Amino acid sequence: MKMDYETPDHLLYTDSHEWIRRDPDNPNLITIGITDYAQDHVGDVVFLDYQVEDETVEAGDVCAEIESTKTVADLYTPVRGEVVAVNRNLEDQPDLVNTSPYDEGWMVQVQVAEESDLDGLLDAAGYLSFLETN
Amino acid sequence: MPLQYQGIIAEHQTAREGVGVFDISHLGRAWVKGPGAGSRLRSVTTFDVTSIKVGAAYYSLYCNESGGIEDDVIVYHVGEESWLVVHNASNAVSDFERLRAVAPDQAVEVTAETVMLAIQGPDAVPLLSQVFDIDVGGWKPRQCGEIDWKGGKAFFARTGYTGEEGGECVVPAEHAEALWDALLSGGATPCGLGARDTLRLEAALPLYGNELDPTILPFEAGLGFAVTFQDGAPFTGRSALIDAQTSSPIRKLTHLAARDRGVPRAGFPVHAPEVTEPIAYLTSGTFSPSLRHGIAMAYLPVAYAKPGLMLEVDVRGRALPVVVVNRPFYRKSRPS
Repeated sequence: MKMDYETPDHLLYTDSHEWIRRDPDNPNLITIGITDYAQDHVGDVVFLDYQVEDETVEAGDVCAEIESTKTVADLYTPVRGEVVAVNRNLEDQPDLVNTSPYDEGWMVQVQVAEESDLDGLLDAAGYLSFLETN
Repeated sequence: MPLQYQGIIAEHQTAREGVGVFDISHLGRAWVKGPGAGSRLRSVTTFDVTSIKVGAAYYSLYCNESGGIEDDVIVYHVGEESWLVVHNASNAVSDFERLRAVAPDQAVEVTAETVMLAIQGPDAVPLLSQVFDIDVGGWKPRQCGEIDWKGGKAFFARTGYTGEEGGECVVPAEHAEALWDALLSGGATPCGLGARDTLRLEAALPLYGNELDPTILPFEAGLGFAVTFQDGAPFTGRSALIDAQTSSPIRKLTHLAARDRGVPRAGFPVHAPEVTEPIAYLTSGTFSPSLRHGIAMAYLPVAYAKPGLMLEVDVRGRALPVVVVNRPFYRKSRPS
């Protein structure tokens, strides 16, 4: 299996292949996207459909459907909170998910309800070892 | 052949704008050679293959006694009494049995000891001319023949499955690497099964297992051109197909273009206004990289198979509006 996927150290990860970035100035504001591994496996993304907008979401809710040439995948929020922004650029340029998964390919921002809910997420080392064993 | 090398869209665009090479060695290849080989082959094909000129290829079907499609094949009339038949990989074993049953001493399978490559795209002809040292541009569509290559014989034909210019070739396995390298160093990009599928769908070419199966009649699939009776020769399915040709079909393979965001995929239900139950299920569907919208095929009741008619595809609970269109979805621009 190809293992040279980027997994930036400053991010948190889920076992469903989302990354989470905490805002340095507001640690309860998180940005969510899919990992380099996920974009490689999903393939060329052709549509992104948001399932939520300015609303409360529960951990495990689907925030977006990611349609690729090969398949369709879901983006889940790992924690409860309020969706405060979605990346509208992806509606016109879905390929940013493939070309810039950790930056321009971000998908949603959530204001986290309970900071301790973030405790269960993986760090980069934990996510890499999850990739190696699964 | 892998699903993709660098990405389906990039590979698809290579075949539409440059030149792509597909390793299609998984397809079954069998020769039928010797006295009477043509009429023996004709006894299992729906098309009168004996009418194909030497040096030309034609599309045909193998049908069952009910007229249902058992496989779709390309028949190459290579020499006076020499024929090459290319089968779908999933049917290669039963297809070869079918040939051996009618031509026990004449049918020879060469799938394992040869490779087959498809070279497709607007830049394919100059590349092939250079690699094979022949004037491929002077070859007509569907022309085929044996050529000298690497001190041996290679088989070359102006056929393909993408709707593009180009050709397909069969060479001995020991020359495969040299040919692959020559094509790549001449500018061809490797393309995978994913791009092969999006390309054939844009060209509205049916795929066995999706559009074609033993319950589908050739006329329902729009493949009446591959069924001929005029020679009077018997072939498997003949009488059922004569009956089918004279009665009006109930369903017809229909082409649907999405009118909104969303990717229609095989198996999704098709709905008509004010009809509760699905009127059909998609046989194939994808995002068209050339057209930038979803495209799909389905067997619709003939009343709905009318270009311009608006229908809906159920994309995981959401209604995707689609319009019935004529085939193909995409046609290559004429050479200027």
